[in-house]
Amino acid sequence: MDKNGNAYTFIFAIAMVIVVGVALSFTATQLKPLQDENVRQEKMQNILSTFVGEKINVEGEEKELTRDVASEVYGEFVSEEISLDNKGNVKKDVDAFKVNLAKELSKPNDERTYPLYVANYGEDKFYIVPLRGSGLWGPIWGYIALKDDINTIKGVVFDHAGETAGLGAEITTDWFMERFTDEVIYDADGSLIGVAVVKGYSGGTDKSDNAVDAISGATITGDGVSDMIQNILKNYEPYFKELKKSDKVAIR
Amino acid sequence: MDTKKNQDNAMKETEKKKELMMFLSGSEEKEHFLSSANRKILSDPLNDDNPITVQVLGICSALAITVQLKPAIVMSLAVVFVMAFSNVIISLLRNSIPGRIRIIVQLVVVAAMVILVDQILKAYAYDVSKQLSIFIGLIITNCIIMGRLEAFALGNGPYKSLLDGIGNAAGYGLILIIIAFFRELLGSGKLLGYEVLGHKGLTLADSTGLYALGYEDNGFFLLSPMALIVVGVIIWVQRSRNRKLIEEN
Repeated sequence: MDKNGNAYTFIFAIAMVIVVGVALSFTATQLKPLQDENVRQEKMQNILSTFVGEKINVEGEEKELTRDVASEVYGEFVSEEISLDNKGNVKKDVDAFKVNLAKELSKPNDERTYPLYVANYGEDKFYIVPLRGSGLWGPIWGYIALKDDINTIKGVVFDHAGETAGLGAEITTDWFMERFTDEVIYDADGSLIGVAVVKGYSGGTDKSDNAVDAISGATITGDGVSDMIQNILKNYEPYFKELKKSDKVAIR
Repeated sequence: MDTKKNQDNAMKETEKKKELMMFLSGSEEKEHFLSSANRKILSDPLNDDNPITVQVLGICSALAITVQLKPAIVMSLAVVFVMAFSNVIISLLRNSIPGRIRIIVQLVVVAAMVILVDQILKAYAYDVSKQLSIFIGLIITNCIIMGRLEAFALGNGPYKSLLDGIGNAAGYGLILIIIAFFRELLGSGKLLGYEVLGHKGLTLADSTGLYALGYEDNGFFLLSPMALIVVGVIIWVQRSRNRKLIEEN
């Protein structure tokens, strides 16, 4: 057959596309369960790490919080998974852990489901809110754990899809995430404003000013973090108010 | 009669072997696996024919992912893998690829390899895959890979193409790692995330190492233009040591 003829070219192209397509879709479907399991375990690891840090204390034993450990002990510490709408009503028929926040955020606000995780670790109770927003190049997301006054932050975890390594991607480093510890999300007047990432921050170690220092070279990603915290948390405000009214929460 | 048949068969077999040799190595003579010609294919791209500093290919990714050393190293390894395999595959197919769609075929092979690497990393080395995030996908756009497929794998046997692929990817990785070394060291005072120049505290008194003497990181090194300047300096150093790279006029 003429190798430069149309017939050969077409046959070659079709055969190539079929072979490559079958090979790739076969690999993808074969590996999908493993990949999904990794993502699920990572979600549990992220939720746990907001309030335990890198090491978890399981029945008196210190363990490195790896993905495997996280998926084993997740059920012991996270006692409730609540699905909420933006008015603070509980949606009983929705599995909070399976809620895909990215999809929810593309719906109109009153149709969205907001998941909330309640965890007990030692003597303390924590409320963990999943976050999602946009950085410079793509989505950023994370989890924020609030102490049981529903104001003070216990810890945060951030992650990103494609922020620049060394600049925006630094939001996932421990030294940046540690800055949020003990910051408060309500201002002095009692309105929920979250925690802003501020360029040229001069507050030092002040924990009550609703602000932390930004990363140089990552202004837009930093602003994305501020917006993400504020935009997501304000949807939980009605529910938080209910919680604070009831006896469940110690009001400061 | 029988002996003649046997001879004929033997002749045919040697012919076949020769053809296979011709197909595999692209030359008629039997060559040692690491003959000097083959060694040259492997080592040339490290210096005399370096893809970045001599051929000026793959500059784009040399700017994008050299802010820190670790991603640069992992990226280099991923490129070695993708390049070696796609070179071999294209070389095996080189006699059947229709000339008019050869670029498309190359692109499909590279893209398929990259997706495969990405999927496997996501399943079996999830943490590495997270670390690399978009860089793996960006390998598709690396001009060195297409350049070597077009210039080498289409005209040479699979073994030589394998060596060429590994050599060029290593030459690329070498420059990437050198750039990343300087950018991470001077830009953030760290290497592989370790604070090698000491710890920078909020005040001079809190700092240790060089920072205690008033040293400041050069934030400019975190931005892409500095990668180009570092590449320029590397080319300068390389040419002053390797005079035959200097153009005549």
